[in-house]
Amino acid sequence: MEAIIIETIIKVMIVLGVFSALAGFTTYIERKVLAFMQRRLGPMNVGPYGLLQVLADGIKLFTKEDVIPSNAVKPIFMIAPIITAATAFIAMSAIPFFPEFELFGYTVRPIIADINVGVLFVMGVASVGLYGPLLAGMSSSNKWGLLGGARTAIQLLSYEVVSGLALLAPLMLVGSLSLIDLNNYQNDGIFSWMVFTQPLAFLLFVIAGFAETNRTPFDLLEHEAELVAGYATEYSGMRWGMFFIGEYANLFTICFLISLIFLGGFNAWGFIPGGLAIILKVMCLIFFFLWTRASWPHIRPDQLMWLCWKVLMPLAVLNILVTGFVVMIGL
Amino acid sequence: MKEFNNRNIGQISYIKVSETQFPTTPWGEFKQVFKRSIKGELLGGLKITFIMMKEALFNKQMHTVQYPAEKLPIGPRYRAVHKLLALLESGQDRCIGCCLCEKICIADCIRMDTKVDENSRKEVLDFSINFGRCIFCGYCAEVCPELAIVHGERYENASEQRAHFVLKDDMLTPLDKLKAQVEYEGFGAVSPDADERVKKTPLLY
Repeated sequence: MEAIIIETIIKVMIVLGVFSALAGFTTYIERKVLAFMQRRLGPMNVGPYGLLQVLADGIKLFTKEDVIPSNAVKPIFMIAPIITAATAFIAMSAIPFFPEFELFGYTVRPIIADINVGVLFVMGVASVGLYGPLLAGMSSSNKWGLLGGARTAIQLLSYEVVSGLALLAPLMLVGSLSLIDLNNYQNDGIFSWMVFTQPLAFLLFVIAGFAETNRTPFDLLEHEAELVAGYATEYSGMRWGMFFIGEYANLFTICFLISLIFLGGFNAWGFIPGGLAIILKVMCLIFFFLWTRASWPHIRPDQLMWLCWKVLMPLAVLNILVTGFVVMIGL
Repeated sequence: MKEFNNRNIGQISYIKVSETQFPTTPWGEFKQVFKRSIKGELLGGLKITFIMMKEALFNKQMHTVQYPAEKLPIGPRYRAVHKLLALLESGQDRCIGCCLCEKICIADCIRMDTKVDENSRKEVLDFSINFGRCIFCGYCAEVCPELAIVHGERYENASEQRAHFVLKDDMLTPLDKLKAQVEYEGFGAVSPDADERVKKTPLLY
């Protein structure tokens, strides 16, 4: 019993440490990729090729004054960023990052809690994370913040339907909500990947993922051109930094989810071992997320709702229907 | 020439979308949405940014100039902080103390004191340009008969004190760098075809 507790605590520490650091490093990668796509150099001066820019930004964030506006609802204003950051990391607890491996003769399973409703748990906790921007926007007594919070609500209602319905079809094929079962379903080489049997669900889930992580085409919450900084207008210092870390941790969660459910997960891929394969997939997905940020324009909130309710949801329902018939005939 | 005379620039290259192109029926709207979804224009956008990145990284199309380390060349007629040139042989100032620059300066920022020395040549005792007042019009360089005062290429002239803007020693070519002094091609210099443009004085004939 104690061994499990110690093991879990170690895993939690590793996940927290690695993904906090990765969140910081992803900001550097994002700035570099965006710069290259606009034919700029990006951060260059702090450290070799600007690698220590993350450190400089971190020092700046930690030492900045934490301003709380006098009209803000203080307890909610203070707790909102913690909700975003905490739920982003809680969602990671049900994700199997790597295949099992042996360390000093001890079998390590790189998942903090192997619960049998993994997908449901991850999606649920990730949606709870949207309470962060919502409460932050409503408590900060700022018009931009309030608009950002309102947009959080409509965005949550819109994409959550799509992502849930899109996931239903693969889950019908596998018959399990556990992410490990979903992964093991695709262990038959590249053509057993879910993306080939469920291409539409893959597309819908990726689009919903963009909305869930507030990435650019659906970057409504803190749309700089319209809403100064949206829900984060009044935030400064480490509270703002926690929103940021939460956002990037969410990005990693979604990328891991997409590669686990649709892209073959951590199954060995030809000569590439499983652990490396999933890292490659996640890296490609993150590059895709940055690439779209450099290429595509934002959309308006009403366009997001139109897209989610009138286009993507019917498509998802249609997909479920077709999958259902195929499963029935197959049985 | 006609296209340059047309001043209604905004109307030339725009494609006008006629109202009739908008769908009127729900079925038409559906068809339009379907057509646009299939078209893959979003992928076209991705392609453009990817090509940009490829060109920047591997084809030397990067636009950034890392300023303090790299500098863009400035135009030859750019009027930056003045330089006082010296004679290459003797290392003396080229300035003959004619005070033309002081007279022509419209911002009244050049000041010079002269006296006649024992060789009955004019000697410059004190010369200063107040860069806090100078408007860099270039008249002084243009009027100078000896090419002694020219505009150099030092455009980074920030300082903590106003007094730093009047020092003559900063403007004069230091004697140890006299060999590196190049004849100034820029603002106020003799034009390249000056020899052909020399005419006899009309009074002579």
